[in-house]
Amino acid sequence: MFAYYLRLAMISLKRNRILTALMVAAIALGIGMSMTSMTVLHMMGSNPMSYKDEQVRRVQLDNWDVNEPWDEDYPTEPPDLMTYQDANNLVNAHKAEHEAAFFPNVLPVEPEKREIKPYMVEALFTTAGFFPIFEPPFRYGGGWSPAEDRSAARVAVIDAETNDKLFGGENSVGRKVRLGGEDFTVVGVLEKWRPTPRVYHVANGAFNDPQSVFVPFSFGIEKKMNSNSNNSCYKDSEPGYEGLLVSDCIWIDMWVQVKDEADAQRYLGFLNDYVGEQKKTGRFPRPVNNRVYSVSQFLQAQRVVGRDVRTQVWLAFAFFAVCLINTVGLLLAKFMGKAPEIGLRRAVGASKPAVFAQYLTESGLVGIAGGLLGLVFTGLGLLALRKLYAGTSIERLAELDWVMVGLSLLIALVASLIAGLYPTWRACQVQPATQLKTQ
Amino acid sequence: MEFRPILNALMRNKTGLLLIALQVAITLAIVCNSVFIILQRIEKVNRPSGMDETALFTITSLGFAPDFDLRGSLRQDLEALRAIPGVIDATTINSVPLSNGGWSEGISTLPESVPEEQRKNTPTSIYIVDDHGVNTLGAHLVSGRNFTADDVSYRSRDDKGTPNSVIVTQVLADQLYPDGNAIGKPVYSGLGGKGSSSTIVGILERLQAPWVGWDKVEHAMLVPQYQDGEFDSSARYLVRTQPGRRDEVMKEAESKLGAINTGRIVRGLRSIEEVRGESYRQDRAMTIVLTTVIFSLLAVTGLGIVGMVSFWVTRRVKQIGTRRALGARRFDIRRYFMIENVIVVGIGIALGLLLTYGFNLWLMKHYELPRLAWYYAPLGALTVLLLGQLAVFGPATRASRVSPAVATRTV
Repeated sequence: MFAYYLRLAMISLKRNRILTALMVAAIALGIGMSMTSMTVLHMMGSNPMSYKDEQVRRVQLDNWDVNEPWDEDYPTEPPDLMTYQDANNLVNAHKAEHEAAFFPNVLPVEPEKREIKPYMVEALFTTAGFFPIFEPPFRYGGGWSPAEDRSAARVAVIDAETNDKLFGGENSVGRKVRLGGEDFTVVGVLEKWRPTPRVYHVANGAFNDPQSVFVPFSFGIEKKMNSNSNNSCYKDSEPGYEGLLVSDCIWIDMWVQVKDEADAQRYLGFLNDYVGEQKKTGRFPRPVNNRVYSVSQFLQAQRVVGRDVRTQVWLAFAFFAVCLINTVGLLLAKFMGKAPEIGLRRAVGASKPAVFAQYLTESGLVGIAGGLLGLVFTGLGLLALRKLYAGTSIERLAELDWVMVGLSLLIALVASLIAGLYPTWRACQVQPATQLKTQ
Repeated sequence: MEFRPILNALMRNKTGLLLIALQVAITLAIVCNSVFIILQRIEKVNRPSGMDETALFTITSLGFAPDFDLRGSLRQDLEALRAIPGVIDATTINSVPLSNGGWSEGISTLPESVPEEQRKNTPTSIYIVDDHGVNTLGAHLVSGRNFTADDVSYRSRDDKGTPNSVIVTQVLADQLYPDGNAIGKPVYSGLGGKGSSSTIVGILERLQAPWVGWDKVEHAMLVPQYQDGEFDSSARYLVRTQPGRRDEVMKEAESKLGAINTGRIVRGLRSIEEVRGESYRQDRAMTIVLTTVIFSLLAVTGLGIVGMVSFWVTRRVKQIGTRRALGARRFDIRRYFMIENVIVVGIGIALGLLLTYGFNLWLMKHYELPRLAWYYAPLGALTVLLLGQLAVFGPATRASRVSPAVATRTV
């Protein structure tokens, strides 16, 4: 029976090609627009740490100005970065499973091979906890130990690309690499790793690639380095690097790993006690306002998904709505135009459900065709986005995956069936007697 | 006018009427607000930065050799850059306007001895340049004087030097000293160490802070210093070239700096146009996406009307024939469909105005967008009205060609 309906639908659709093309194109445009914006939203809104969202916590303390909140637009939010002294104290207290305190900067690399000129790499100066918390995949070796942190050991983890460049992709664990004018021992080589967004450090480009080289936090401090990302102070500090270290300037990212939500609350209690102690020394003039955000909460608080993207998604769906209303109207007009035919079929014995099934088949067919063409439009839309965002990881990730393909077809089919419901229902209401009378 | 009969006829086809009206309404709301957003983005992107943008590029040097002499390298590099044919001027600079990365500081007109509660801090971006800074940027000095070589001091990690003179933008000067004439007045910035002050010696017509999205984007202050390893042994240079010679000078500058000293790395060669493109990329993307949405929407709605009306015409062929037989002219038939369309689209517009302002209120609440200017809605309404007329013209013309003889036939 279905095959028969399908054939009838094909005949009907072919009879009025322009109208069919119009309906298919409308659904396809709607699908293309919505799926393109959804792909971007999906990608920006994803959380690469979702599998341990509760365990990984961003630590934020409110050490800011008594007169002014850190962010005037969101006055209840504490600063997103931390001072050196607090980060250092929290790492030393070691009240969580792992602590990662870090800051980014660049380091010159002097390759052993003379033919490669010295060049700069983006480096992350981090405590050992970074590796167990964010679990970057290792090709060779691993991270370093907290003991090596304390002794500011010259050890480094390098990414696959750097390893290819310096060591031709061989297992370089144990070999030397010259960074910032000093010899470092490679302890680990990473596989390709591109968490999107780059959750651990979202400032200055949440969609940038991770740093290429990882070295101990204490080495950076020993070399008097600071962050090449954000440094913020709300008052003058004492001169020199020593002054920076004891100041209330914030520049360090701090994460910890806890067991679960309850453990996170225990850790928050510890932080509140810590701030209480610090208040005795005259620091932390604002009310106690600390955070142990999970990764997803942190991404939300940092508004990693831009407003523009959200607006675009809303617009795309409003557009889709217009396309569907359009389709409802056209299907209605078409089906009503067939009233005499329907009347005849009903008179010679077709039941209402049979007529219903037949016209719904026709709507569904329009939907599937629209979905397929919509995929083409989505592809074009993503191609255009890659051009617009050339040079960021959005460019790399604006790709259609099978989930999206399936979803597009499903949405197109469901939407067109819904759009077809009312016209089909109206078609079923045709009174055979009235139709036959007017013939 | 056959307004009443048309309305009566429409009322017999409420669903069709409602569907078109709804499409028109959503289209109007989206088009008005999108055009509004687009124009705002265009305005934002077109704000003058105060620089001679097309003639500028930036390049950085980072020393890594243990015996790297930063001061010597600064002097040598600047000399070399200024000597390249086609270069107008060159300066050191800590960060580049439009680059979204820079240094901000709260400055005050009152000394630190005043209690913190009464001191009003004004945030501003800080550009650390030498005495060639103003000329290199291509900024326009409206009053006071430029920096001289004597003003320029070195700032290092432990010694912040003597930034005694500063140049500020007009907007910042007005903010600090609303009574006018800020020249010769002090600003307390702490730039020369805790509690230090500087004197305003000059005022620039305009210069943007590095953050294009900042609400105080014209708060900028020039400080005459060389950074002598304040954070690391890096130096950023800004170079202004003669019109049209930028690209050749860029290549020359890179190779020249690379040859001068091998104990450092030269990188980050970028034209300011490139920097600008990156900073405004999101705005550009938004503009393009919204434009696409607008045109697709107008096309879908327009074609939708064409399709619907075509069907209505087909269904009414007999009525049309009868009217023609009874003496209606072709013109009358066409007018019938045109007026019908005005009524349908008009209902859509009425509904659409509500949606437009609703959407605008929502945007105002969540996106800090201003209120829609009054003329958007009438202009938008006019646009969709014209779109409707355009869409209906074809089917209406076809209707007007129906022969009166149709009335005499039975279908």
